[in-house]
Parts: sequence; structure tokens; C-alpha cells
Amino acid sequence: MLISYKWLKEYIDIDDLAAEQIAEKLTRSGVEVDAVTALNEGITKLVVGKVLTCVKHPEADKLNICQVDVGDEEPVQIVCGAKNVGEGQFVPVAKVGARLPSGMKIKRAKLRGEKSEGMICSLQELGLEGKTVPKKYSEGIFVFPQEMTVGEDALAPLGLDDTVLELDLTPNRADCLSMLGVAYEVAAILDRDVKVPEPAVVPKDENAGVSVKVEASGDNPYYGATIIKGVKIAESPLWLQTYLMASGVRPINNVVDVTNYVLLEYGQPLHAFDLDRFGSNEVLVRRATEGETIVTLDESERTLSGEHLVITNGEVPVALAGVMGGATSEVEEDTVNLLLEAAYFSPAPVRKASRDLGLRSDSSIRFEKGVDPNRVAEAGARAASLIQQLAGGEILAGPIEFDELNREPRQVSISLGRINQTLGTNLEVEQVEKIFGQLQFPFENKNEMFTISVPTRRQDISIEADIVEEVARLYGYDNIPTTLPNTPTTPGGLTSSQWRKRKIRRFLEGAGLHEAVSYSLTTAEKEAFFREEFANRVKVALPMSEERSTLRTTLIPHLLDALSYNKNRNSYSVQLYEMGSVFHTDEEQVTVQPDEKTYLSGALMGLWHEHSWQGEKKPVDFYVVKGIVSGILEELDVTGDVRYVSTEAPGLHPGRTASLEIDGKHVGFLGQLHPTVAKEWSLSATYVFELNLQELMALSTKNLRYQAIPKYPAMDRDIALVVDQHVEAEELSSIISEYGGTLLTKVAVFDLYEGENLAPGKKSLAFSLRYLDPEKTLTEEEVTLVHEKVLKGLEEKAGAVLRS
Amino acid sequence: MLDRLQELHDEAMKKVADASNLQDLKDVRIAYLGKKGPITEVMKGMGKLSAEERPKVGQKANEVRESVTSYIEEKEQTFEEAALREKLKKESIDVTLPGRPITKGGRHPLTSVVETIEDVFIGMGFNVAEGPEVETDYYNFESLNLPKHHPARDMQDTFFVTTDLLLRTQTSPVQTRTMEKHKGQGPVKIICPGKVYRRDEDDATHSHQFMQIEGLVVDEGIRMSDLKGIFATFVKKYFGEEREIRLRPSFFPFTEPSAELDISCAMCNGKGCRTCKQSGWIEVLGAGMVHPNVLRMGGFDPEKYSGFAFGMGVERFAMLKYGIDDIRHFYTNDTRFLSQFTRV
Ligand SMILES: [Zn+2]
Repeated sequence: MLISYKWLKEYIDIDDLAAEQIAEKLTRSGVEVDAVTALNEGITKLVVGKVLTCVKHPEADKLNICQVDVGDEEPVQIVCGAKNVGEGQFVPVAKVGARLPSGMKIKRAKLRGEKSEGMICSLQELGLEGKTVPKKYSEGIFVFPQEMTVGEDALAPLGLDDTVLELDLTPNRADCLSMLGVAYEVAAILDRDVKVPEPAVVPKDENAGVSVKVEASGDNPYYGATIIKGVKIAESPLWLQTYLMASGVRPINNVVDVTNYVLLEYGQPLHAFDLDRFGSNEVLVRRATEGETIVTLDESERTLSGEHLVITNGEVPVALAGVMGGATSEVEEDTVNLLLEAAYFSPAPVRKASRDLGLRSDSSIRFEKGVDPNRVAEAGARAASLIQQLAGGEILAGPIEFDELNREPRQVSISLGRINQTLGTNLEVEQVEKIFGQLQFPFENKNEMFTISVPTRRQDISIEADIVEEVARLYGYDNIPTTLPNTPTTPGGLTSSQWRKRKIRRFLEGAGLHEAVSYSLTTAEKEAFFREEFANRVKVALPMSEERSTLRTTLIPHLLDALSYNKNRNSYSVQLYEMGSVFHTDEEQVTVQPDEKTYLSGALMGLWHEHSWQGEKKPVDFYVVKGIVSGILEELDVTGDVRYVSTEAPGLHPGRTASLEIDGKHVGFLGQLHPTVAKEWSLSATYVFELNLQELMALSTKNLRYQAIPKYPAMDRDIALVVDQHVEAEELSSIISEYGGTLLTKVAVFDLYEGENLAPGKKSLAFSLRYLDPEKTLTEEEVTLVHEKVLKGLEEKAGAVLRS
Repeated sequence: MLDRLQELHDEAMKKVADASNLQDLKDVRIAYLGKKGPITEVMKGMGKLSAEERPKVGQKANEVRESVTSYIEEKEQTFEEAALREKLKKESIDVTLPGRPITKGGRHPLTSVVETIEDVFIGMGFNVAEGPEVETDYYNFESLNLPKHHPARDMQDTFFVTTDLLLRTQTSPVQTRTMEKHKGQGPVKIICPGKVYRRDEDDATHSHQFMQIEGLVVDEGIRMSDLKGIFATFVKKYFGEEREIRLRPSFFPFTEPSAELDISCAMCNGKGCRTCKQSGWIEVLGAGMVHPNVLRMGGFDPEKYSGFAFGMGVERFAMLKYGIDDIRHFYTNDTRFLSQFTRV
């Protein structure tokens, strides 16, 4: 909403305050002013001139040479390119030395050999927006519609001596979608009076022969039609045009301009029909029939449904109620008789039509929020009297009405104690009463219990809390004390899973991984390489783009996107992880909330460690990733039987992938990206892991207990075993653990050898074993006894022999 | 014999003095003190001496040995120290070469902001609550006093999955979910961080996905002045002791009275600059007293309980705190961006 400060002054006495001061006060009390713009910003030396003569430039078809009287001793010669310039016009002239909002400075010039001393201006050149400039002047210079004094400052008559406040209204303050509403707000803040116009309509007591019938009284509880005959359509006077332009509305003609003016003044949308093109003498308001059509003022055909409300002439729709008029009965140059509509349309049908048809108008945004029932008829009268004043004509019998409108104000009761308790203040009765007075809210006070009759212009106020807010904002939020709750203190903290997520982050950070955050919305195609089991997906009904149309089921492809992005920017060693939700569903068409799980995934490429001048380069490999995954399990204190089972999975290298199983349950995977998949992302060797963090965290964990530090020495034995290629290290170490019994406290692989000196198909794995008895010093014999058993077990179960 | 010993002593001492390396000393040791050396030879002749002379010669021989030995050891130590010095000198390295890099990753800046804010509120007795990102219309809108045709419910902003399911547009649904769990019994003191989604075209200041932190306090006798107090504390802890706060009236369907919270601009200390659009203040969050309808729908009696709620944008906080100019940076995962926050 744009508020002309000059216009606002017609309703409230604020000559002592600058627009900026009012803007600050409005903002601080709840009506935010986004911008304060002086319309004369950057304009100097602009005067009214009269075009004395105007002839074609001999050297240029499109230029005119004008002699213009600008109030100086001699007229000046100005070369003007506008098509609409002509002799006898009063026009705005920027004199030599003038400045325009674009920063342009007017200098003496020669155009194709002819001197030019000044510039005749268009409204756009004076800083107005093209869409608010009257069509007549939008392609050329502005011409004053009336006789003017030559040489006088042109800013005031053009309304450019004004300042405009741009309001950023919250949805509840629809009352401020009008000059009067803003005037009431300013009056409340300053504790001043509002001057409300009192339209005087003297209808000629003549039967207009027009009837009004409303079939949908719930949608349209009030309809008033005023008949005005014999008007003369013309350009509006300057004051009206400049107020409209300052408010961002394009002037059209005197009748339409008046309806727009009153809409801005009262917040009440009106519509003027050409009575002779109306098609009948009968106004019938009803719901549209399914598939019925109307061509609206913007020349487009709209197809309607039974939920939309229309004004008809008894037969066909002539207007889409509260949204836009129809093209057939539009007021035009030759219109003489008018049907002026002032109605109350309920919010629901207007919102429905506006949404369904994608049509938002100054009218619909006001009806949608509920207009003031007590201002509908008044606004109609105001418009009728202004039309008569500006366009002549006679008002026949006062409005022909259908009226079932409830105009009763709401009653809201609240005690002084409740106000103070909610705000933490100590307001006295008098202070609160004064605030109600400023707001012009009539009230009664019985033993500090207020009953307020809320004026109907404030449709947003209906409960106690609304009254509390009114009191608070006028008292000033700054004046509310600053306290801490005097309720008992509560212990705050993280839950165990929140805490453990933080621990994992610290661990991964220490391991050198950066945390990534990617978008949850993606495409099914991007994930197709990895997730054939999740054919069902959660799709957004109306995606903004195909690229963001379905919720992710895995984090990996999005991390690959990030690797690829970094690689394209010359970062070749990148290690990322992400912790976030994935969305799985069993339903083909989702009807219930999907299964939302927290996943922890990583993607790593390039060098894991590099120390260039010492020649150390350690590329990421499977075991780097496995180390990270094992570290995560340790951070989570996972107990239970952890196994890495060689497996094949979609998108991954068939020989370098492991499924992570804990107590036989699959909780994630790790491995190298399949080279053909890596190629899709233009990546070389890349390793990934994905863990179902939610499931991992649900596993049982151990509590930390101190274990006695051994008092007796341990004994270490190393063995190198020769086994078949396919035998896995984990198989051997579990055999060792099994046979080593309680004395064996540690088994670790320390070497892998394949190649020369071994029979084909064989490999050698070396283990280091540690034996310890917490009760006594072990003897060589005791250890040998157990160790022999271990060797025997290895041979029997895995065909492992000691390497000679 | 005593003279012969003295002679030998002087001879040996001279040789030690002349020795120029460890080998020379070794030679002297073997030549004079060895089993076949002259001193031993002299000692062999002791049997011919009288009982009176014998101890004297013995003592002299020992003195000579000790004197020579101690001189040799002294010189040996000097040579060893010199040799070590020589050796270490050869081992010297270029201390200006770069050190071995200790690889360090980092939290995403959004996570850092969330964790820092969580910690400030935990210190004030809050718990952290979470909720689903695919929400029902009831929790995202209706329970927050936004019934189906409410003007403030802008359908264009929401990603719907079905008519009843949607990607949450705010973390506020966690409010109702938490209140329900409390079954009408206060106190409730939570903050709820999480991802939210809106139908916005991605550009420098808009993102279809972003993070919010919602907060809620419900108890008997909670006042609007408490909201001010909690925020003054929070803002000073998060943005710095010198930051001031102010509240401006505003509108949210789920709070009444509602407020926008501004903090004094850190760039210009409230004097006015480009960051704060010359106002000296920067809007950081929306807040207000919980609307009675919202309390009621969460199972709390608005006659007995009151509370306040607030919501803040995590990206906005990060952008303000670190001077980041484009919201899209948070979602491209460019390591040149991420690695700037490893020290946070
Ligand atoms: Zn500033």
C-alpha cells in the first residue's frame, strides 16, 4: 500500500511532523513502512511552460522545434521528439541547468543544427513508473489538462511535492489498506482526531426502474446500486490524477478514477457499469453455473465454477463479484448512464475466484480480508457525489438495495489484571482507558473489567489477546519491562541421540571430512544407480522443476554431485559426509507420512593424506573408508557382533564392497563406486559409505567401566600363515580367538603377502597374538600349550599352515 | 724404581697431551696401562724389593695409573663431545620447510550456528526437540491457528505431497507435537532446529530449502516481559555483549501479541550503514505470546497457562555473523567455502 503524505494530511492534522517521523512511529507500533520516497527527489528547475509554436525540424522527421514560454522575458527554443507535442499546450519544462531523477542535467544543446534550451518532460522522465502514467501520456510528454500559470514551479501541480510511504502490511491489518484506516492508525499513535468525509448526496426522487436481487445472500449480504444519468466522461482533474499516480494507480477517466479514489480512501471497492450496456434493468447476484464464461476487463475469457460469485443482468454474468468487472459493460468514452455498485462480498467466494483464476486485483485483496460493513453504503455515496461533481449527471433515487448485512460491532471483555499479567506490566486503569480512547474503541469499565465494542473497521480484533496487543503496541513494546521467567528452573540438555550425533560429527571432523548439506528434493533418475529397492517415492504434487520433484531416499548421489562440483573447480582431494533425513515409503501413492530416517553417508576421492615435499601421498582406498566406519561404531559404543561381509550392491564395485552387519542385521554398506557409475559423475576412484544412523543408534551400547591395568607381563607371539587366496582375514582371526581362549587378549593382522615364493593361489597373512593372565606371570610352557591349539585349529578349519 | 715410574708418568702424560683423537688415546692407554705395558713390567720387579720399599712403590704405581687414566678420560670426553657436535652439525635441517599437515575437516556452518544456539538455550534450561520434515496439514497449519482458508496461509508457498501431507514450511509443528506429549502439564521449554521448505525460486537471498530454529516456552505465568529477557540474554551471548535488542509489533497467526525482534547493527554499532539499510537495526527473528487457540490445540488450558514462541532463520544468522552474501553457498558444498569454517 502506497500512502501519499499530502493526501493523508486531508484526514489528520500532521503538518508539524515530517513523513519520516510518521513512518518511524508507524513502524514502531506495528505498521511497517518499507520506504519513504520524496517524489521530487533529484528534480530541480522544473516549471510550467506554454508551447507557443511547434514546427517540424527541417533535418529530422521525428523532431519538432518548439518556441516555449517559460515565464522568462523571451520564449526559449526547445527541440522535442514527442509525437504528442503541440501548439497551445501547457507542459512541464526542465530549464537549462535543471536536474532530473535519472541524474541527467539539462544543458544548452544543438540538435541537427537547431539549438535547444531545455526539455519538455514526460512523466516517466520525472520519475513516475510507466504503469501508473495515463495511457494518453505514456508514450510522450505530459500535457496539463487545464490552464496553468506560465513559469510557476511545476512540482506542486504535478503532485511531485509529495512524499510516499510504502507500507508492508501484515495480513491482519487490512484496515490499513485505506487512507482512512491509516489516518485512524496515525491518530491513535499521536492521540489526534480524524477528519472523515461526509458525502452529501441529493438524489432526484425519480424511479430508476432498476431492480436488485441477490440469490446468494451469504456470499453477498449487501448490494447497493446507485443510478447516475447524464454523465460526461472526461479526463480527471489534476489533483485526482496525481493522488492516484502517487498511490500507484493509473488514471483512466473521471468515473473510473473516482471509484478507484474511493477504494483507496475507504478501502471499499466499487464498480461502475455502463447502464446502457448492462443488458437489462435487473441486477441479479448468484453463484456461477459450472462452465459459465465471462470476458473480464483485461480482455481475457474466464471459465467459472459453482463456487464463484457473479453479478448478472438476469441472464449472463457482467462482473466477477469483488474481483473484476466484465468487458461488455465497461465505462467508456461515450458512456452517459451509470450503475454504481457498492457491495459487501464475503471473503470466501472472492478468495476462491481470485485463487482459481489467478486474478488478484485491488478489489479482491480487500474483499478477501473483509471490508468494513459500516462503510459500504457510505463509500457508495461518497463516490456518487464525487462523480456528480466531476462528471456531472443526476443521481436518481438513492441506492436500490439488498440488505441483510450485520453491522454490529464485536464485544470483547478483558480485565486490567489479565492485561498486566500477560505483558508483565503494571498499567493503571487510566493508562489503559487512555489507549482505548486513542484507538477510538468505545468501552465500558466495571471494576477494572473492560468491555470493548470493537469498531468494525478493525476486523482483526476478536479475542482478549488481540486487545492485549493493541494496548501493548500503543503503550510501546519498548516500555514493557525486561524480566526472566519467575517459574521454577528446568534442567536443559541434549538427548542421548542428539549428543551422540554431535560426537560423530567431532569424530568425522577429526578424521578430515567436511560436512555437506544438500537439498532433500531431487529426481528419481539421480538415485536410480543405487536404490532399486525404493521404487516407491515421495513426490511433490506440483514441483517447481523436475530437478526438485521427489524426496531423496539416499544421500550418496548428492554427495557425488558435490564431489563433481569441487572437481570441476580444481579440488581433486575431497572428503565429505552428510547426516540427514531420507524418505522411504511402502506406498505407490503416498497417503501417510513416509518413514523418515536419519542416514550418515560419506564420499571420498583423491588423496587421503599428502605431504608433497616429503613425497608422501596416500590415496583414499577401501580401508580408509573402513577405518572411518569402524571409528563411527566405536564412537557409538556399539556392542554386538560387527561384520563386514563382502557383497555386491547396485552402483558399487563388485569386488570392493562390504555390507555392514551387526548381530546379523544389515545397517549399511561401504565400498568403491562402480567405475561406470563414477564416470556418470566424471569422477575417478571414489569411495562411499552409507549407514542407517537411526538403526545404529538404537543398538545396545556398553557403559564405560574401568578395567584393571594388568599387573603381570604379557607374552607376544607372531605367526605367518599360508592360506588359499579366498580365505578372509576375519575368518582366521575368529578361529584364533576361538582357540586362544581367555589367555588370548589381542589378535592383529600385521602383514599381507602375495606373490613370489608362494604356491599359486596362496597368500600369506601374518598375525600378532598377545597372551596374558591377569592373575599371574605366564610361563613359556603355558603359552605354548595354547598356541599349539590355535595353530592346530587354524590348520583344521582353514587349511592354514605356518609359513616356513 | 720410583724414578722409573715418575719417568713413565711424565712420558704418558705428554703423549696424552699430544693425542689428537680418540685412537691416539686408545694407543696411549694400551701402551702404558695395558697388561704388557711398562708400568706392569716395573711392577713385576717389585718382588726383589724390601718389605719397606714395596708399599711405597705400589702406591706410586697406583698414583701414576690413576693420574694417567683420569687424564685420558678427561681428554676422551673432550674428543667425544667434539665428535658429537660435528655429527649433529651434519644432521641440521631446513626449519623453514612446511610442517606435516594435520588433516582436519569441519562442521557445516549451518550446523555450527545451530549447535551454538542450542548450547545458549540449553544453558537457559531448554531442551532440543525434533520432528518430521514431511508433515501433516494439521501440524503445519491447522494446529497453529491457520485453518484451511486462512488468508495468511499462502498456498503458493507450500510444497504439498497430497492434500493432507506437505513439506513443512516452518519448524513450528514441533511446538504442537511437543505440547501434546506434555499432556497439558507445564513447563515446556524447547528449541527445535530443522530443515524447512518453501516454494521460492533459489537466488542470492531465497532458497527453497532452509533451516529454522523454533522455540517455545509454556508455563503458568509466562509474560511478554520474559520473552524480552530471554532474548536479551540470548542476543548478548550469541552476537556479543554490546548488542541491544528492540521489539516491534508484528503479526503471526500463531502468536498474539506478536513481535519482530531487531538487534542493533554490529557493522555500524547502530549508527546506520548499508547492512542495516541506514536504520541501525537488523531484524533477526519473529516472536510472540502463544495464541490461545494454539495452546488449546496443544492440550493446554489458556486460562491457566501462557507462553511465548519464536522462530529464526539459521542461514540469516550465519550470513549476519560471517558476512556471507549468497544463501546458495550453503548448499553447493564447495570445499573452498566449507573449509573457511573449520575453526568455528
Ligand atoms: Zn548498520
